[in-house]
Amino acid sequence: MSQRLPILTIDNLHLRYGDVDALRGITLEAGTGEMTFLIGPSGSGKSSLLRCCNRLETPTSGKIYVDGEDITQRYINLNRVRRGIGMVFQSFNLYPHMSAKGNVMLALRKVLGKSRAEAEAIALKQLERVGLSDRAGHYPNQLSGGQQQRVAIARSLALEPKIMLFDEPTSALDPELVGEVLKVMRQLKDDGMTMVVVSHEMRFAKAASDHVVFMAEGQIVEAGPPAQIFDEPVAERTRTFLQEAYH
Amino acid sequence: MEQILFQFFNLDIMIQAWPIMLRGFGMTLLLCIVVIPSGLLGGLVVALASTSEKRWIRWPVAVLVDIFRAIPPLALLIMISAGLPFAGIRLSPFTAVCLSFLLNNSAYYGEIYRAGIESIGTGQDEAARSTGLTGFQSMVYVILPQAVRNVLPDLVSNTIEVVKLTSLASVVAFAELLYSADMARSVTYNASPIVMAACFYLVLLWPAVRLASRLERKLST
Repeated sequence: MSQRLPILTIDNLHLRYGDVDALRGITLEAGTGEMTFLIGPSGSGKSSLLRCCNRLETPTSGKIYVDGEDITQRYINLNRVRRGIGMVFQSFNLYPHMSAKGNVMLALRKVLGKSRAEAEAIALKQLERVGLSDRAGHYPNQLSGGQQQRVAIARSLALEPKIMLFDEPTSALDPELVGEVLKVMRQLKDDGMTMVVVSHEMRFAKAASDHVVFMAEGQIVEAGPPAQIFDEPVAERTRTFLQEAYH
Repeated sequence: MEQILFQFFNLDIMIQAWPIMLRGFGMTLLLCIVVIPSGLLGGLVVALASTSEKRWIRWPVAVLVDIFRAIPPLALLIMISAGLPFAGIRLSPFTAVCLSFLLNNSAYYGEIYRAGIESIGTGQDEAARSTGLTGFQSMVYVILPQAVRNVLPDLVSNTIEVVKLTSLASVVAFAELLYSADMARSVTYNASPIVMAACFYLVLLWPAVRLASRLERKLST
């Protein structure tokens, strides 16, 4: 396992929408270079937790530290914080009016202020990293779902984030396209990227993750290395969920 | 038959009226050049304000938009050109027309942009923000280009309406196309100049009408 310097620390996090408690006291740590997998039934708060980690949601209480900085502070420059935290969405959310290359270049140009040539060079490098150098000029509607998701990954990677968050990255894909996205994620892990992944790809979790967190009703039911969670789950809740998930 | 030709399609009269009609047409074009861009720009400001996250911005703008959509543009123009002098504010006919059009058009264009902005899913903004773009940058580079494309047919349709509405300026004695035509008619006691004005409008707007329906078909496929 990688060195366990916690780059991400979540401390007693609560999130409440109106009178719904989406998160009820989540405490979690992720070490540098680790892949943390969040699993659980829908509505268990996995995605909400992930969205708190780059402040697309603002937690009601609790703290999140990224690389030692509390990102739940009231007066904090969220744009600067988000630069260091990549996010990949279930529905890709590529900009349809820009080519694959343009999608990757936008933040490089406007957020990091890079020149066109510099941004283009980085974009091509990142597209190559996800195996799409020959698709740089294609528009999202000319790409398959798997290719679109890989462009989205490249778009996040281009900013050299400290952490990458994946929110059900393969759930919108046809089954035969899932593999190419998982392969890229695997390769990222081998490159030492810290990742937090919400996904139902249990086989992948078992093979690639360092840490599996099972959530239900806004709480962590059980957490541990994949071998423990998948092979010897302690909680009844976890066992039932895994049985159903493997069907 | 001869009477109709004499009254409506009188070539002699048309040739006589040509210079004044041409000047009127020029004035109509001038109005368009000022009023359309200012309306498009004002509408953008209105749309940004009315989709703002801050309620104290959204609210007053919503009220103003309602007001200026509800007041007939002619009533607004007369209020500005004939009403404001009672408050000591005297505007030239041209300025009065431009001001009333700015208020009216910003409200209408604003509503069109707003519909476009709201047609873009929140995922686009979230993706942009998650890469560190500010809310404004996300709006300018990600949301607006898609939003404008989605409502382009409506923007063109509204622009056609605006061009037609410039004829209201004749009411405050601004010598645009319709005013010039009516002048020529009253001097010559002949309706041919009015027919000429209609032809000018047709030449000006027919391509725009074609463009609008082409855009609509292109976007629906």
